[in-house]
Amino acid sequence: MSDTYMALAEFAQSWGLLYFVAVFVVVLLIVMRPSQKQRYDQAARLPLSED
Amino acid sequence: MSLWERHKIFETNSLVLFFGALVVIAIGGIVEIVPLFYLKNTIETVDGVRPYTPLELAGRNIYVREGCYNCHSQMVRSLRDEVERYGHYSLAAESMYDRPFQWGSKRTGPDLARVGGKYSDTWHLDHLNAPSSVVPSTVMPAYPWLAETELDIRYIGEDLIVQQTLGVPYTDEMIETARRDAVTQGTLDALDSEGLLERYPNANIRDFTGTVAATGRLTEADALIAYLQSLGTAIDFNLYDDSANIR
Amino acid sequence: MANPTIDRKSFTHGEFGVAIALTVLAVFSLVVAGKAHSTAYSFHAVLFAAASAYFVYKIVDRFYSRPAEPEPLEIDGKPNYNYGPIKFATIAGLFWGIAGFTVGLWAALELAFPVLNFDLPWTTFGRIRPLHTSAVIFAFGGNVLIATSFYVVQRTSRARMVGDLAPWFVVIGYNFFILIAGTGYLLGVTQSKEYAEPEWYADLWLTVVWVVYLMVFLGTIMRRKEPHIYVANWFFLAFILTIAVLHLGNNAAIPVSVFSSKSYIVWAGVQDAMIQWWYGHNAVGFFLTAGFLGIMYYFIPKRADRPIYSYRLSIVHFWSLIFLYIWAGPHHLHYTALPDWAQTLGMTFSIMLWMPSWGGMINGIMTLSGAWDKLRTDPVLRMMVVSVAFYGMSTFEGPLMSVKVVNSLSHYTDWTIGHVHSGALGWVGYISFGAIYCLVPWLWNRKGLWSLKLVEWHFWLSSIGIVLYITSMWVAGILQGLMWRAYNSLGFLEYSFVETVEAMHPFYLIRALGGLLFLAGALLMVVNIWKTIASPEASAAPEARPVMVPAE
Repeated sequence: MSDTYMALAEFAQSWGLLYFVAVFVVVLLIVMRPSQKQRYDQAARLPLSED
Repeated sequence: MSLWERHKIFETNSLVLFFGALVVIAIGGIVEIVPLFYLKNTIETVDGVRPYTPLELAGRNIYVREGCYNCHSQMVRSLRDEVERYGHYSLAAESMYDRPFQWGSKRTGPDLARVGGKYSDTWHLDHLNAPSSVVPSTVMPAYPWLAETELDIRYIGEDLIVQQTLGVPYTDEMIETARRDAVTQGTLDALDSEGLLERYPNANIRDFTGTVAATGRLTEADALIAYLQSLGTAIDFNLYDDSANIR
Repeated sequence: MANPTIDRKSFTHGEFGVAIALTVLAVFSLVVAGKAHSTAYSFHAVLFAAASAYFVYKIVDRFYSRPAEPEPLEIDGKPNYNYGPIKFATIAGLFWGIAGFTVGLWAALELAFPVLNFDLPWTTFGRIRPLHTSAVIFAFGGNVLIATSFYVVQRTSRARMVGDLAPWFVVIGYNFFILIAGTGYLLGVTQSKEYAEPEWYADLWLTVVWVVYLMVFLGTIMRRKEPHIYVANWFFLAFILTIAVLHLGNNAAIPVSVFSSKSYIVWAGVQDAMIQWWYGHNAVGFFLTAGFLGIMYYFIPKRADRPIYSYRLSIVHFWSLIFLYIWAGPHHLHYTALPDWAQTLGMTFSIMLWMPSWGGMINGIMTLSGAWDKLRTDPVLRMMVVSVAFYGMSTFEGPLMSVKVVNSLSHYTDWTIGHVHSGALGWVGYISFGAIYCLVPWLWNRKGLWSLKLVEWHFWLSSIGIVLYITSMWVAGILQGLMWRAYNSLGFLEYSFVETVEAMHPFYLIRALGGLLFLAGALLMVVNIWKTIASPEASAAPEARPVMVPAE
């Protein structure tokens, strides 16, 4: 049983970690794209521009 | 499809946002909870842990009802001072029949995981009736009504049935004898004490409050003291091998 | 608005369905009341029957007085917002807030003066303490969350809330759940799982209410006139969704009988512990954090009249926060019988959680950038910004306490209690007070609050209260933790347990004083809100319809 644990732990500490870091980087890239500034500004003003 | 478009879908489609969030919150819970059910070494293999007797279970339900977990933990951590103060650190196996678990999160009062057998029944009764009579500077509330209220064991068999459904090894025989077993355990020189001990090895059988003989009725204090006196006594740690369940 | 109409009035499907369902519930409850195993359960069944019957009557009564047509979604091209249920939840939130703070003060005093337990079952600390935690978290916090989420989702979607009876069912049904839960604790009906004490029938009722809440919220988003779903709604949605999942998972139980209030939880021992703290910590993460972050993302920009500092940061904040939070539960179980791998995971993710938490804090506080002067002139805004500062403080303290070595000292002590209250009083309390101060003049169409001076007093009184509370608990907790592990020169434990209890007394007094000040501040708020609502309506509004008044 400790074999299962070791195998899982090793996977989590290498590929698992890499995977989550990669996902985070992708999210950052998507969100930070400069071309979307206008959309975000518009969204950010939603509470202020209500009637 | 640009990268942006991919995120736009979250921002503009409420159902996609809903299921996206659901997936994201599911991951952590699944990884942490599911293995606990199939990794065999989660609960140690030990001798001596048995389901609660009907009287202990009734006592435990009073412990639950009064919210004792608000001030008392039932979990000795594997730290030097705790092991010296309370006894051997708690094993997962010791609470395998606890529904709900009562490990607690605050020690306004001391840990109770191994309180069984540490004090006399009389001490417990005095302590429940008026804690400051035995511990002068205590801040514990008094529970005088426990010794005055008759224990309700009319439905204790149904409690065992539910537990059996959930996988607790109560036999049909135990369910059938549940009410009688409760009375037997709380009475001195009871008739069927041998049967009870066969069903529940090492059960304490006695008049816990010393009033049952005179009044002929079990009180809530009887049940609670029976429960407290059983806590942490299931495993003989002189025989238990600490290295057997390293995980 | 009573337009004469030639259409014949008829029951809507909703009215008909709810009335039938409540009638069935009332009859069923009466049967249960008659055969209940215990008086407490019988009492609750009677409550269920009475409430159901009353609301069947209310539905019929309302039918005769309402116009034939349903409320219009828009009037003159502008959304016809539904404020009734929001007003109800706001007032209910205030009421439960005062009740919860008072019971908290009482519980604090019980620890200093045990005589206040009165030797009665209903007033012991073990029953009062869950009443306090549930009253402040679920009754006060929950009503504030329902009120603000219903307000924000309508305003940022530019659409009237979905449903006619449904929003009312949510607010009334939720408060009925609170009533059942609270009276249950006092009568000894509890499953003794921290922050999930209500028994199976209350849990079932809450499930129904919560599903309707989710549907109303989601339906309103779907009805929106804006392409975007504003980020505050994301947080509200994650809060509603995750609490539903947690509630179902942690409360899975089988009742002993339909006539018994007692149930046994499906999970046992170590698994129950893990599931409990998966629930418990995420009640903090999603109820007390994500939900109130939704409030922050709407009310701070609105009050400061500036857009959020970085909308991009808010998106990263959202996804990383909800992903990381759910892992943090095992830090409540360090050095216990929970397997080490789970403890390590819990600690690791708790530390990582520091980052999104501070991302959110920076986002909230920096919204004021360029308008810091408003902190001096507007005590309501100041309250909300200080709230975010407390959020930053407690989300720094939290990861620190989740480190195993720190936890070995802090766990089981009053340090935990202090930590919780810096989050609860500072963050949740202040952001809620700020939101209520904003919301009441908007909802009731008043020009502003009755007295900003009184808000100042509220702010300073409760701030001193919080400082007294958390500093005394720091000292108490660390002192007790050190005393427990102190050894004398012969290698024996130096202190008996009761000596560590005695040492707590002065700190329990200071804590109670802090709580008293916090309660006093909240009472000033009630006076202020009362006077605000009692003041005349704002007349300067350009639109004729009261609900259309622009905020500020």
